[in-house]
Amino acid sequence: MLSKYIFYFLSSVAIYAALMVLISKKPIHSVLYLTLAFFAIAGHYILLNAQFLAVVHIIVYAGAIMVLFLFTVMLLNLNIEGEFPKKNIIKFAAVIVGGLILITLIGTFRTYDLEIIKNPTLNQIGLVKNLGKVLFKEYLLPFELCSILFLAAMVGAVMLGKKDIQ
Amino acid sequence: MPDAVQNLQMIPLNDYIFFCSALFAIGIIGVLIKRNALVIFMSVELMLNSANLLLAAFSAYRNDPAGQIFVFFIMVVAAAEVAIGLALLVMIYRSTHSIDINALNKLKW
Amino acid sequence: MTFKFLYDFSILTQAIDKAITGSMSPFWAMITEMTIIGVLILAFYAVVGLYLVYAERKVCAFMQNRVGPNRVGPWGFFQTIADLIKLLMKELIPIKAADKLLFNIAPFIVIIAGFMAIAAVPFAKGLHAVDFNIGVFYVMAVSSIGVIGILLAGWSSNNKYSLIGAMRSGAQIVSYELSVGMSLITIVILAGSMQLSTIVEGQHDLWFIFKGHVPAIIAFIVFLIAGTAETNRGPFDLAEAESELTAGFHVEYSGIKFAFFFLAEYMNMFIVASIAATVFLGGWMPFHIPGLEGFNHVMDYIPPFLWYFVKTAFVIFLMMWFKWTFPRLRIDQLLTLEWKYLLPINLFNILLMALMVLMGWYF
Repeated sequence: MLSKYIFYFLSSVAIYAALMVLISKKPIHSVLYLTLAFFAIAGHYILLNAQFLAVVHIIVYAGAIMVLFLFTVMLLNLNIEGEFPKKNIIKFAAVIVGGLILITLIGTFRTYDLEIIKNPTLNQIGLVKNLGKVLFKEYLLPFELCSILFLAAMVGAVMLGKKDIQ
Repeated sequence: MPDAVQNLQMIPLNDYIFFCSALFAIGIIGVLIKRNALVIFMSVELMLNSANLLLAAFSAYRNDPAGQIFVFFIMVVAAAEVAIGLALLVMIYRSTHSIDINALNKLKW
Repeated sequence: MTFKFLYDFSILTQAIDKAITGSMSPFWAMITEMTIIGVLILAFYAVVGLYLVYAERKVCAFMQNRVGPNRVGPWGFFQTIADLIKLLMKELIPIKAADKLLFNIAPFIVIIAGFMAIAAVPFAKGLHAVDFNIGVFYVMAVSSIGVIGILLAGWSSNNKYSLIGAMRSGAQIVSYELSVGMSLITIVILAGSMQLSTIVEGQHDLWFIFKGHVPAIIAFIVFLIAGTAETNRGPFDLAEAESELTAGFHVEYSGIKFAFFFLAEYMNMFIVASIAATVFLGGWMPFHIPGLEGFNHVMDYIPPFLWYFVKTAFVIFLMMWFKWTFPRLRIDQLLTLEWKYLLPINLFNILLMALMVLMGWYF
């Protein structure tokens, strides 16, 4: 029973925070609300017993990506309020498009008969031991490719961030 | 957590789908509504996260770790994307003194 | 023995759990237990924070050949309580040009980060709020949240000193987090688990710092340096460099909000020290030497929580010693130290530890 309440609580927090990301005028408030949304999602991972994923999520998103966003906002002094508003008609159209996509997604999935495996004798797959085994046995090549991707991103970010050296 | 499995069965999988779809739609609206490149990035992050959560939910309900592995790969891509994207943003700001994406329509021929 | 629970707290906690679940529905029992644990941790947080401030002032005074606080109570024992009352009574000065929401929320983010980390620390046998399967990793994750609070505090104060302090602090914490994580991973390789209770149990014959000899000692030293830097203390307190930035990110805070930052700093020190004590020095595990049965039995008579607190106090003392001995680094020296020295040493150290564990070269 409790997990059901927690699920609805976390979901409403996440959706509220996601909406506030769009509504708030200052980018730095958006960053704060996005952090809140990420924490709600981390709570969802814990609810799914994917503890390792939850912690990685907190490290990557709250610890690294959000700090990067904050740094960018602060370094460039981007916190200008109410800058470049869009026309109301465009906003209206955008909301309609988003709503249509939501309806399409939900309508598609409603008709599916989603079968849950009723006998999960052990739901331990989210624990680090099992994940590590799968990651380093079946997905070793993608894992190594990921590290190359990271290296490329790192080099690229440093190159872009440097001031021009003639 | 011995009772994690029972807890899981209490929440229908459909609820996860609805929640993640809503989050995804909010992300799309954000990309369409905003002209501030920073907030557009944040909306993209929201969309990636909703996909992540749904992958993790399917993985937990169907007892298949592959879904959770893919969440890791998506996180890697997201982190790389943010690092490069923000560096680009800084570059754009240096040359145009604005992060309005409409300032970039000069790239049109 | 009547004081058996001193040696195994699970007797006490299970009795309380039975009493609570027996008297109400499972839903309310869970809520009650959560509330009790929360209140206990909160009280612990406040008391430890206050007495760390007192300890720091005394240690500092002795290092500078002074007496330190000695007026309120015997040996100035109640000095920090008087300070707290003073801070509580002070006016909260609102900043006109500040971002109200962020300005008010920032101290709480810093406090919550410390609060979450302390929940995973095993204080004694069976005295452990949450025993995560990935405890070490969890502590690393939540301790990285505090930096968001610091950055927001520095930004929202709308003051150039606080902004500079926050930027420095952010750069510092993000870089030194790597070293903290990697030095802990070195020990995780030796322990074969990330669960803090398993790590402590694994040290029943010998603490990991002795068991893993060379790589473990290197990891311990790196962890102490990086941990001190992560808490913005000691020679790494650039973020609040008093002489150049007045106080860094919390210049504009007054009264109880300032006290929150102050407490959080000391609590972070306590958390770093207790993680060091748990992972490297055996946590609540008494000092055992394999082969000396009689000696081990004598050591077992000292209650586990006493072992834990003595070890933590020892590490805290090391960190204070560190602070009052070395002069402050410059920001470029700070980043050079991390990226050009600590990180390569750490990477090499992980390889060394992995080789050692594979070949069985540990005690």
